[in-house]
Amino acid sequence: MRFSGLRILKEGLTGNKGWGAHWRDPDPKSDYDAIIIGGGGHGLSTAYYLAKNHGLTNIAVLEKGYVGGGNVGRNTTIVRANYFLNGNSEFYSHSLKLWEGLEKDLNYNIMHSQRGLINLFHSDGQRDAFVRRGNAMVNQGDDAILLDREGVRKHLPYLDFDNVRFPIYGGLLHPRGGTARHDAVAWGFARGADMRGVDIIQNCEVTGIDIENGAVIGVQTTRGAIKAKKIGMTVAGRSGQIAAMAGMRLPIESHVLQAFVTEGLKPVIDHVISFGMGHFYISQSDKGGLVFGGDLDFYASYASRGNLPMKEHVMEAGMTLMPMIGEAKVLRSWGGIMDMTPDGSPIIDKSPVEGLYINAGWCYGGFKAVPGSGSVFSHLIATDQHHSEATGFKLDRFRTGVGIIDEEGTGSQHNLH
Amino acid sequence: MRLKCPLCGERDRREFYYVGDAVALARPDPDAGISAWDDYVHNRDNPAGITRDLWQHEAGCAAWVVVTRNTVSHEVLDTALASDVKRAMS
Repeated sequence: MRFSGLRILKEGLTGNKGWGAHWRDPDPKSDYDAIIIGGGGHGLSTAYYLAKNHGLTNIAVLEKGYVGGGNVGRNTTIVRANYFLNGNSEFYSHSLKLWEGLEKDLNYNIMHSQRGLINLFHSDGQRDAFVRRGNAMVNQGDDAILLDREGVRKHLPYLDFDNVRFPIYGGLLHPRGGTARHDAVAWGFARGADMRGVDIIQNCEVTGIDIENGAVIGVQTTRGAIKAKKIGMTVAGRSGQIAAMAGMRLPIESHVLQAFVTEGLKPVIDHVISFGMGHFYISQSDKGGLVFGGDLDFYASYASRGNLPMKEHVMEAGMTLMPMIGEAKVLRSWGGIMDMTPDGSPIIDKSPVEGLYINAGWCYGGFKAVPGSGSVFSHLIATDQHHSEATGFKLDRFRTGVGIIDEEGTGSQHNLH
Repeated sequence: MRLKCPLCGERDRREFYYVGDAVALARPDPDAGISAWDDYVHNRDNPAGITRDLWQHEAGCAAWVVVTRNTVSHEVLDTALASDVKRAMS
């Protein structure tokens, strides 16, 4: 079933009886050419690109809950390509290009809105750092515009420009940055993969990984054993548990990151604003809610909810940046579980077990990577070669110290990112 | 979350600095080899359940504290001075 304006008109006139399920609900087969563990954004996009780019259609995506019920439905929906370091820079650039063609490609409305992202700065030193970052973005072929104080004021007149501690000196505008409807991204990829023959199997938790002579032969699940010679894991947040089933320990610690949304308001914030000094960022959803968040709670957690100290910190940062936010009522808050790596960058690599591929360690940046990650991970699974835009995310970079991608420049160590 | 410092009693979590998994209690020998050190510095069990991690009562008595807690429920099961835990191990 293809979606189109004509179709909506026709369905509207005939009682909307022609809409069906967006994907099938098949029982698992006994074996597949490849299995993807985890039916979140990354798993579904991996399956989609395996089918679309590599002609692999005898594959299953195993999801322990339901599609869209994990981190892909728990993030703050920001899409951007404003990275500085080689390794990250070309990858997120690749991902953003895929985002820009995604709605056409998937024939699905993911509400991708390139409303512009502004990173604020508050000192001369920070301005220099943003000039440097902006140049790196431009050199990568992406877009970056340095705004002075008055330039920021034109876009964001409601900020507190003369805050005593953090006066606004300017901002780095990334016009192609923005947001997308997170659930729709999962649904669109699920539908696209399903249409190409991929089995999306929900309520199917992987309970074991079968390994023979150092190579994977299949998985044990709550819906029986399934055989496959290639298995990709895309379970960021829970990577440690799946890795343990294969006898591995990963350089990953799981942390909780909180997000907040207010009651629906009339349009007031047109951009994505990032206030790095306060660990605060905000955008407004199409429904009207102000969606904002801060930093990690900063201790290992799988609780999917956070604690009061970080809530307080985030609210204080919001009030510092835009005092008008104090009028808005917070509707709810939640937490997502982040795979934190020592250097804050992801891992997309083969594992020491033959046929088992790792896609993990997305830290707090997994959502914008969804199409890019699926594209490069499917390439790795299908060809056993790293994709040209994702050669840096090696598992052994921590052991060797070569190719650490420490975007924040804080050091490659747990608890620093 | 509140943590009980063995010296100062129960305090707000904000008084403590989180270091991470209490691997430092079993630091490898300097010549234990690359794989042992890689494991120590980077790799983690990362359990969903009971874990032991190392905190410092930074805004209090500065003691190093081993906290046994549940990463799923945030329940704190036990706190002990790192020096006592270390002594009990030897």
